[in-house]
Amino acid sequence: MGAGLAQTEMAATGAADRPVLEIAGLTVKLPKGADRANAIEDITISVRKREIVCLVGESGSGKSVSAFSVMGLLPSRDMAPVAGAIRLEGEDLLQVDEARMRELRGARMSMIFQEPMTALNPTMTCGAQIEEVLTNHTDHGPEERQRRILGILEQVQLPDPPRMAASYPHQLSGGQRQRIMIAMALVLEPVLLIADEPTTALDVTTQAQILRLIKEIQASHDTGVLFITHDFGVVADIADRVAVMQWGKVVEEGTADEVLRRPQHAYTRMLIGAVPSFTPRSRPRQADAPVVLATEGLSKTYGGGGFFQKARPVRAAEDVTVEIRRGETLGIVGESGSGKSTVARCIARLIDPTGGHVYLDRDDIAQASPAQLRQLRRRVQIVFQDPYRSLNPRRTVGASIVEGPMNYGTSRADAEARARELMSLVRLDPGSLDRYPHQFSGGQRQRICIARALAMEPGLLIADEAVSALDVSVQAQVLDLLDDIRDRLDLAMLFITHDLRVAAQVCDTVAVMHQGKVVEYGTAAEVFGAPRHDYTRALFAAAPGRGFAFGGAAT
Amino acid sequence: MAVPDLVDSAAQAAAASRRPSVLRQMTRHPSVVFGVVVLVTMLLLGLLAPRLGTIDPAGIDPVWRNKRPGTERTVTLPSGETTAFVHRMGTDSLGRDLYSRVIYGARISLVVGLAVAAISVSTGLVIGLLSGYLRWLDGIVMRVMDGLMAIPGILLAIGLVSLWGAGLTTVIIAITVPEIPRVVRLVRSIVLSIREEPYVEAAISIGTPLIPMLYRHVLPNTLAPLLVQGTYVCASAILVEALLSFLGIGIPPETPTWGNIMAEGRVLFQVFPHNILFPGIFLALTILAVNVLGDGLRDTLDPRMAKRF
Repeated sequence: MGAGLAQTEMAATGAADRPVLEIAGLTVKLPKGADRANAIEDITISVRKREIVCLVGESGSGKSVSAFSVMGLLPSRDMAPVAGAIRLEGEDLLQVDEARMRELRGARMSMIFQEPMTALNPTMTCGAQIEEVLTNHTDHGPEERQRRILGILEQVQLPDPPRMAASYPHQLSGGQRQRIMIAMALVLEPVLLIADEPTTALDVTTQAQILRLIKEIQASHDTGVLFITHDFGVVADIADRVAVMQWGKVVEEGTADEVLRRPQHAYTRMLIGAVPSFTPRSRPRQADAPVVLATEGLSKTYGGGGFFQKARPVRAAEDVTVEIRRGETLGIVGESGSGKSTVARCIARLIDPTGGHVYLDRDDIAQASPAQLRQLRRRVQIVFQDPYRSLNPRRTVGASIVEGPMNYGTSRADAEARARELMSLVRLDPGSLDRYPHQFSGGQRQRICIARALAMEPGLLIADEAVSALDVSVQAQVLDLLDDIRDRLDLAMLFITHDLRVAAQVCDTVAVMHQGKVVEYGTAAEVFGAPRHDYTRALFAAAPGRGFAFGGAAT
Repeated sequence: MAVPDLVDSAAQAAAASRRPSVLRQMTRHPSVVFGVVVLVTMLLLGLLAPRLGTIDPAGIDPVWRNKRPGTERTVTLPSGETTAFVHRMGTDSLGRDLYSRVIYGARISLVVGLAVAAISVSTGLVIGLLSGYLRWLDGIVMRVMDGLMAIPGILLAIGLVSLWGAGLTTVIIAITVPEIPRVVRLVRSIVLSIREEPYVEAAISIGTPLIPMLYRHVLPNTLAPLLVQGTYVCASAILVEALLSFLGIGIPPETPTWGNIMAEGRVLFQVFPHNILFPGIFLALTILAVNVLGDGLRDTLDPRMAKRF
């Protein structure tokens, strides 16, 4: 008895300066045939009590593999740790058996994921899912469990905890689901919380709330947090210390201040330099340039009700009136569900608007007959968000690029010659036209999509979240390319984005959309400099890393 | 600003870890190999039936009826010579050589199976593509398909036989009609998801007309699941043909089909089980082979079922 007490005391004093999590020289191998031998190589990271350590890197850098190794969630047959140690409060997780791992997971360490919808079981109430954690790891009675569930729901600042506990995941918003995930992760007071891009799927305003919540709750619970993200804005907001990963290795580690303000490694400098600045760049505008696109009261209402359903119309876009002059970029900014993509699709006539006009030069594409529409389509081209789905995987990129001109009667030889020119224009090798999309990277595919759009010689190019799926360094290249092309070909560009930083960089005029309506519309300098509408101000206030000047110092 | 694309590593990783070609995977998949071997054997048996020591499968010989497998008899040829002939599978109640009938029967089964699969898959593909892609057509077509699905194949066969008389064509039509809606539903469901893909929207905005759109962008995605569905249709068609013949509403009884042979042997099954046993084994083996082949194809072709890294 006495010895046991002494041991606990010793453990307690030892724990004070010992990190909660120590990853030491960890190497995880990849299966044969992958692009490199090891997913992560010799990485060393430690997380102390009450500390938020951000693991930053682009896709494929191995940051998620690191997190999954700690939780023991690697797909064991394909990937396995081959060297190093992962110590949770001094206990090497690579040596313990599966039963002990199960005990530790949830109780001593827990994890929250990027996509809160898929991480929650849709057939169980949220309360029952939290209760499951409790029944698995503790022997509390039903009342005690209920008390704890309501307590933790209160702590994650969910309104009306009893109702939340009785709700199913689909009844909650994305932010609320993420709060449930956090509640579930923290209900057993773990010493370590691993957060794998927990706010990436959320809107900026929700993201800001969740980040604040994580910060508050880890401080009050003394939790160590390993926070995985690709977003330097988020890093600037919450990190105590930062580890930057590239190609499976930690290239730089230090306090947030050191890494962000005095990055040592070239890669870190490049990453930070690629984060667009918030200050809109000013470009001289030509007031007499002809208006290429003008919408007038553009509206789209969904849902007329079916046979058995009552009509429940959703106004996806309402009375949108904007215009773009030649050589200019209009940015439509808004959160998910704000109707910005609906507007883009109406302008490209991929969906039929239910009201208003879309004038392309002088022709109304919203009211065009099928025959007119076929001619008008050439003049508006669109580049989509997901570079992995916007090219037909079964056709060579050359075939994808020449398809459009050939639809309108261009000969194959001419179209192919033009495709080669366009490939050079988007800075790709013209010799790779006979390759398939899977042989290109995401950024390269997005350039191919731009080339395909340009092959139609449009007057208006719509970029619908065209850089949102790309890593920040690639994003900078594509933005640069879009800018260059607009100037060179004197295009009008409609740029749809949720990312205010990106908008600040490329747009001459900005329209902020909220619940289907344009709430603010003006030049970039006006909107970013002196936002008038409350929603715009809230949006700006929520943007991660607001107080940190990116894009200025580096490179 | 000349940063190379090297940093875009995720896609490079994906491109580097390509899976071996589909054809190679197939030749290594045991189910595919088993199915193909059995089916090719059946096909060869059917095609080479006259050269496999068979005699006229419809030739009645009342003296030699109901002989057990292995019975030997001496036949006097027109030239006056005598030769020994063994009824390897015995004879039926009309004295027809069962071995010959079973081997010839493979022809009908395979023709029915392949014809039904080909017709229902190709018809279903066209209807499914149009119905899935053209919204206004969808409601009409799917209600018609619901109607077709409500007709039981056997009832349709009885109706058609009484209208047109028994025969191979009648049987094929009777089996094909209820299969088409199943194929249509499959194709339509795939088309519904493909038409939402950004590359289809991109094709719309570069002015691709309807037919090239379906052919270039939508059709290729439907082929793999369709091939798999085709094998299941084929297996069920062979089975239904045997069933119809067994019930006497299929191919005329003098034509050797596995179903007809079994129907013939039904009465004396307890005394002479070989009349049902042998065609039964061939039928079961063929259907097993087709189904196993279908499973193997699904494993290798359907990316959702394939184990992914």
